[in-house]
Amino acid sequence: MALTSVNNPKSLSTRLIGVTKKILTYILLILLTLFMLGPFLWLVSTALKSGGENIFQYPPKLIPEQLTFTNFVKVMETFPFWRYLFNSVVVTVFTVFFNVLFCSLAAYPLARMNFKGKNVIFILILSTMMIPFQLLMIPIYIMSLNLGLSNTYAGMILPHITTAFGVFLMRQAFTVIPKELDESARMDGANSFQIWLRILMPLVKPSIVTLIIFTFITAWGDFLWPLIIVSDQDMFTLPLGLNMLSGTFTSDWRLIAAGALISMAPIIIFFLILQRHFISGVMRGAVKG
Amino acid sequence: MNRQKLTPYLFLIPGSIILGAFIFYPMMRAIWLSLTEYNMIQDAEFIGLDNYETLFQDDLFWQTLMNTFIYLIGVVPALVIVPIFLAVLVNQKVKGIGFFRSAFFVPVVTSLVVAGIAWDWVYKEHGLLNYALELAGIISEPIGWLTSTSTALFAVMVVTIWKGLGYYMVIYLAGLQSIHSDLYEAARIDGANWWQQITRITIPMLMPFILLVSIMSSISAMKVFEEIYVMTGGGPLHSSETLVFFIYNEAFANLNMGYASAAGVILFLLTLILSIINIKFMGKKGNLT
Repeated sequence: MALTSVNNPKSLSTRLIGVTKKILTYILLILLTLFMLGPFLWLVSTALKSGGENIFQYPPKLIPEQLTFTNFVKVMETFPFWRYLFNSVVVTVFTVFFNVLFCSLAAYPLARMNFKGKNVIFILILSTMMIPFQLLMIPIYIMSLNLGLSNTYAGMILPHITTAFGVFLMRQAFTVIPKELDESARMDGANSFQIWLRILMPLVKPSIVTLIIFTFITAWGDFLWPLIIVSDQDMFTLPLGLNMLSGTFTSDWRLIAAGALISMAPIIIFFLILQRHFISGVMRGAVKG
Repeated sequence: MNRQKLTPYLFLIPGSIILGAFIFYPMMRAIWLSLTEYNMIQDAEFIGLDNYETLFQDDLFWQTLMNTFIYLIGVVPALVIVPIFLAVLVNQKVKGIGFFRSAFFVPVVTSLVVAGIAWDWVYKEHGLLNYALELAGIISEPIGWLTSTSTALFAVMVVTIWKGLGYYMVIYLAGLQSIHSDLYEAARIDGANWWQQITRITIPMLMPFILLVSIMSSISAMKVFEEIYVMTGGGPLHSSETLVFFIYNEAFANLNMGYASAAGVILFLLTLILSIINIKFMGKKGNLT
């Protein structure tokens, strides 16, 4: 025993260092997870506490004395969850669809054609990144009122369906595809639109996924613009609805917690199913953007 | 022949219409509005630079500007530096690392309304934070984190940081995975320790990503609104009111569209200056451009 450790002291100590490093890594990871998910745990705990339990007790208690789901049932009676979910889905799906469509249409000539004013147009598009929406929202609001777009899906969707980021990302993706592909397709009689749709779009799928993820995250979580353009409760998206719920039930924290959990459930489920795409999508966006 | 010349422009039409209608036109309209007095009822009246003059004499404007800078100084360094370490941590090949990556990303996909409600529980008088601090003997009496003028802004800053960590971590993760492992191999052979590897290899190689995160996080800190609106409503006594909150209030609560637009133009100029500083400063350090 003693001999082997003398013969092989390095591997033992490096192995020990390796194991301690691993343990330390896990301890750090778990502590950080508690910090990142802790606030949500608290929501779960409060939502599951029954009416008889004092939720303001000190010291705070994480595990409910008596598990109950009545808070969820009660909140669903007053909180039109399905309506808000429907509105959120409509706004997000259309925003994502048109953003991908318009950005990749605009990116195609900018990446693969030569024409007058190309650079000027590209610089103009990029310059829009510098303009904060918080300045534009005032004239857009006035404009939307005049066009009768308040309290409509169109009013919520239209301002966000082309972004400089999207055009830039798709242009980068189109640029790296060999030009010979277009030429041979043109020989076969395909027109520009067909080349774009049938040849190029399938080749840039990863970038499309990235654009979808980015647009999805912003559209789903958007609060400021819907807050301004929507006053009719039937048109509320989930964040707006939840904001109102927490205003109405200021006294009943159990119901607010239950409502918050219900309203975050769809995005969490969606995220858990597609988590790999979410994370790799953002990574690709960072490398190209 | 003529049709071929037109083709590139056809692809650009949908995107250009949207950018024109929802960015370029509103931008000009906003600048014009900032030179008028307009309350949505009477016609806009041209008053020259009066709005700007009033703005510079408005104590509340200066306070919100100050709060925005405090926000920037508090939030940006944390969001630029901490995610580097998180990325290094989750870039290790240990079991279950995918779970931790996803856990850190959960706050990114949840809406700020949910986040605000969850954090409210942490900050409450009988909440987790006060309990933990009392247990540790740091404070003897609970602090109303969101209801005290000296802490409200900082309490909201923590939520912004918490919500952004996962996002920037993933961007850095993309950067880390683009670094060749040979570099670390060579450094290890030359006897570089963990810290030297981070400062001599990881950070320099990540410089383009650090620049990206620095620009993104400072621009979004400049425009912070939702967490303030949801958690403190700008209070108490305007102590957590930021520039965008000021713009929102002036425009949509007081209907001072012209005055709010002037503040919006200031926001635009500040964002512009900030991006230029970022690119100049970081560009030199990172040998970019």
